[in-house]
Amino acid sequence: MTNLNPTLTNSLLYLDGISVSFDGYKALRGLSLVLAPGEMRAIIGPNGAGKTTMMDIITGKTKPDEGDVYFAGTHDLSTMDEASIAELGIGRKFQKPTVFESHTVEDNILLALKASRAPLDALFNRTGPEQRTRIDEVLSTIRLKDHRHRSASDLSHGQKQWLEIGMLLAQDPKLLLVDEPVAGMTDAETLTTAELLREIARDHSVVVVEHDMTFVRELDVKVTVLHEGSVLAEGALDHVSADPRVIEVYLGR
Amino acid sequence: MHTSYDLIDRRGMIMLALLGLFVLIVPICALIVPKGSPFYIPPYLVALLGKYLCYALLALSLDLVWGYCGILSLGHGAFFALGGYAMGMYLMRQIGTRGVYANAELPDFMVFLNWKELPITWYGFQHFPYAALMILAVPGLLAFVFGWFAFRSRVTGVYLSIITQAMTYALLLSFFRNDMGFGGNNGLTDFKDILGYSVQSDQTRVSLCVVSALALASGYLLARAIVVSKFGKVLIAIRDAESRTRFLGYRVENFKVIVFTFSAIMAGVAGALFVPQVGIINPSEFAPANSIEAVIWVAVGGRGTLVGAALGAIVVSFGKTYFTGALPEYWLFALGALFVIVTLFLPKGIIGTLSDFMARQSAKPPTPSPKDMPAAAE
Repeated sequence: MTNLNPTLTNSLLYLDGISVSFDGYKALRGLSLVLAPGEMRAIIGPNGAGKTTMMDIITGKTKPDEGDVYFAGTHDLSTMDEASIAELGIGRKFQKPTVFESHTVEDNILLALKASRAPLDALFNRTGPEQRTRIDEVLSTIRLKDHRHRSASDLSHGQKQWLEIGMLLAQDPKLLLVDEPVAGMTDAETLTTAELLREIARDHSVVVVEHDMTFVRELDVKVTVLHEGSVLAEGALDHVSADPRVIEVYLGR
Repeated sequence: MHTSYDLIDRRGMIMLALLGLFVLIVPICALIVPKGSPFYIPPYLVALLGKYLCYALLALSLDLVWGYCGILSLGHGAFFALGGYAMGMYLMRQIGTRGVYANAELPDFMVFLNWKELPITWYGFQHFPYAALMILAVPGLLAFVFGWFAFRSRVTGVYLSIITQAMTYALLLSFFRNDMGFGGNNGLTDFKDILGYSVQSDQTRVSLCVVSALALASGYLLARAIVVSKFGKVLIAIRDAESRTRFLGYRVENFKVIVFTFSAIMAGVAGALFVPQVGIINPSEFAPANSIEAVIWVAVGGRGTLVGAALGAIVVSFGKTYFTGALPEYWLFALGALFVIVTLFLPKGIIGTLSDFMARQSAKPPTPSPKDMPAAAE
């Protein structure tokens, strides 16, 4: 591990030449992406560009056929399972809000809270004052403090999305992967979500996959455009949206 | 489904109170009250009640894995039967020279098969502590090994149900074989003593019935302690969104193996208490239909309520006893109809439906979802 290149060792997330195919369909073709520590990045791209597959590779759900995935320069994610990757500090929010419906809002956060994941520790766990404070903090960040005793199944769609972001926060991950957080949200909810993510990005690295351009503009971060499984363009939103190839992918054909 | 995290919630209190009452009343009515009195409980009824309580414990163990962790085991009868066989082997060794062939060492069926020595599997079973250990260890070990492979390979849903069913069927076939050394299709019977007391005596029957009630109460408390802990919350999380739980960093398979093994041990204890009260254990206890019947008990009583599982077992078994006596040819139709009716009209079972009803009665505006009922009671 002595001759690693500087990009690899300084980056939080390093993907190089990733290819994956499912039954002959190439979902990713030579995707490369580097994320610096503390950075928030928006990933955009048309349907089938490979955004979700990329998330699957990072979280260990899918293994790459080719290419390297490194986290914090040293951890080869392609050899680890979901639980170990989560333990490393990578949290993921799914496209469809997946919260634990029959648990209360509070318990959803409790389960996500950074703590031992060993079964016996869970059996004898007593929720101490430290954990309670942390739950309170997360609940106020995600604006659900008044809903803490409600069952998650009773929340609105937007609130479920926030709850799931809250569960990510509770894990205190180094890197958050957020898949289409504002799909199906009202305009007001979308703005609040952008505010929430900017707040989170102050002390976490975040990757946001999103279709909604208003939302991406609101985030005001570096944008990566994916197309047919590889990177088409990268830079500020104004810069990439002026790129003729990006315009063609989005509007043309 | 639950937001009540007190160790003993209201319905648990009711159940424990009823079991406490049962433990007080049964010995009095069976042993002290004179035979002619309307309060007299005849020995056959004591044994019957004890049997129901063992079924309730089996249902409770099944509810723990199915109701809380989403593991629909169609082979829980196997763990029950294994616990029963372990107890049966102890009871067989207690017979000693009182058997038909008066062989101090070998049970009758072995003498009949012309065996000269006790098989290794039977060593130590004359000692109760060893037998008790085996009652816990054999079902537990099987569940652990089975669960280890199944859950690690991420076998879930209907596939898991099918292989649990295959497991109990395989055991059924192997226990039928005489050369397995467990009595073949006749199984183990003609028991004489348990811990030095005659299994036929009224006092022993009452004691066994009381022990079954206490076992049910302890099983309930243990299961409840698991369910209200953070471990239990993880189980519910696995049931509702398994891959989400994985992404939170929980090793889902370890949680499943642990709860499955614990549940199997509980089922084994239920089987062990069952055998001396019915006086026989044979391979038919491994029949897939038995395991499916246990699932029906849980569904009827209310999945994921623990108390409901126990109640369902008792209600359905009582119905079975009544029907098979009164209208024997209609019992299976009645059981089938019951399952259809419960699935269609009472999807949450007796307890779940009662909870919903009471939640609607308690005027607490704005009415939360029925699932919040226990929280409203806090």
